[in-house]
Amino acid sequence: MTPTPSSSRRPRRRRLLPALPQVLPYLFCIGAFLIAWQLLSAALGVARLPGPINVLIDTWNPYISQPFFDDGGTSKGLGWQILISLQRVALGYGLAAVVGIAIGGLLGLNRFIGKGFDPVVQVLRTVPPLAWFPISLMVFQDANTSAIFVIFITAIWPIIINTAVGIQEIPQDYTNVARVLRLSKRAYIRNIVVPATVPYVFTGLRIAVGLAWLAIVAAEMLKADGGIGYFIWDAYNAGGDSSSSQIILAIVYVGVVGLLLDRLVAWVGRKVSKGAG
Amino acid sequence: MTTPGGLITIDSVTQVFHLDDGSHYVALRGIKLDIAAGEFVSLIGHSGCGKSTLLNLLAGLSQASEGGILINGRQVTDPGPDRMVVFQNYSLLPWLTVRQNIALAVSTVYPGHSPQERREIVERNIQAVHLTGAASKFPAELSGGMKQRVAIARALAIRPRLLLLDEPFGALDALTRGNLQQQLMQICQESKLTAVMVTHDVDEALLLSDRVVCLSNGPAAGIGHILPVPLPRPRDRLAVMDHPDYYHLRAELIHFLQDQRRLKQLAASSR
Repeated sequence: MTPTPSSSRRPRRRRLLPALPQVLPYLFCIGAFLIAWQLLSAALGVARLPGPINVLIDTWNPYISQPFFDDGGTSKGLGWQILISLQRVALGYGLAAVVGIAIGGLLGLNRFIGKGFDPVVQVLRTVPPLAWFPISLMVFQDANTSAIFVIFITAIWPIIINTAVGIQEIPQDYTNVARVLRLSKRAYIRNIVVPATVPYVFTGLRIAVGLAWLAIVAAEMLKADGGIGYFIWDAYNAGGDSSSSQIILAIVYVGVVGLLLDRLVAWVGRKVSKGAG
Repeated sequence: MTTPGGLITIDSVTQVFHLDDGSHYVALRGIKLDIAAGEFVSLIGHSGCGKSTLLNLLAGLSQASEGGILINGRQVTDPGPDRMVVFQNYSLLPWLTVRQNIALAVSTVYPGHSPQERREIVERNIQAVHLTGAASKFPAELSGGMKQRVAIARALAIRPRLLLLDEPFGALDALTRGNLQQQLMQICQESKLTAVMVTHDVDEALLLSDRVVCLSNGPAAGIGHILPVPLPRPRDRLAVMDHPDYYHLRAELIHFLQDQRRLKQLAASSR
């Protein structure tokens, strides 16, 4: 290959816009998506489906420009609403993580219990989050506690299942090493069971955080004071001019927060299981 | 046949596996063998002849259906660090560094030693297999040969009475294999180790062993032939091939293996 004038010009352009080749697919595809949305909005009428530009104009003040305004009661900025939801998720998900890992550990370590409880886990894990809500309201008599319980019961199954499977799938090579060295039960759990299971546990935690976020929005729509799900339902019921724009903005926020939660758990998982695998 | 100073007695061992479909498979039948202290014995035979099964029985990882194994007069009932295994696929814990992998074995087997003493044992054994530079690396960062050296160092660090090696060099390239064979031979000689190695490499068996035990084909594999290897020690892997007896010994092993292969093919074609 001989150097040509064009090949000597290309590096300079790449230096001016070094990230362009990386972001080009995103710019192009997201742009196309927004244009299609705007066109669909024009076809249906802005009242039925606001386009992206309408959403920005309708919600700029106060929802985008002031995420943390507080007019008292449930009239709060979206930042506050999301924090309220995140707080519920943190409680329910944190509880699910602790209890789920403990139960999963028990089911994985004890073959008898693991086999016996498997049908229970398999049936309960398929129950949709909101189906738990009525019984939860009956038991706890409180909307906030019930919402947290719904998150807990939704998030716990993938954690239990993945922890138990992780323990059952410990390669025989490692257990043979433990047997030959005569590791004590405690040393076996600390040196082999826990590190071998961590990647599985985090797979479960990652699925669970997605489900938890899914469940909180739905639960808050049914019955709650504040929270992003409450905000969506409240905007729908208010039926004002900018209601549909508010709902769409809230949906975007829900999506972004869900993505961030997923990435956060994945990142922690990578940090914790460093060296393994 | 009893060897004076016999350390291990394998007494009429038969191993039957019960399969899921209710049938059973006789892997080994009537194995009798005595191994003297300090002896290096190789088990050789075609794949599926039960070499690894016999090694697992010696390790105590499984129990014989009939007969038993005595080590120093005591029956083997469970695995233990006095019969350390160098596994075929290294079996290093991937979340521990080289040093930590060896240290786990050392601190489990010598709970009474001071941390200082344990650290010295670990470092000495890392040095013995020339891995000082890689001591802080994780297994995933090592080549196959290096991993196998870690596995050997881990086994030697706990001074087993019997070292069990399951095709230790099978997955390595020829050059690495040769170097490791030489190292293992020196270490065994220096520490007067008793060792049993499973292999299917005739030259490896001859180089390392005092006796080569040839197993006949499975099912119901037995000892087909025992070949003493009277080559003088210390041996060198290149010089040993020039010894006048070498090719005669090698031919004997090859003949045995070829006979077994013919029997296997006959059995397969008559089925």
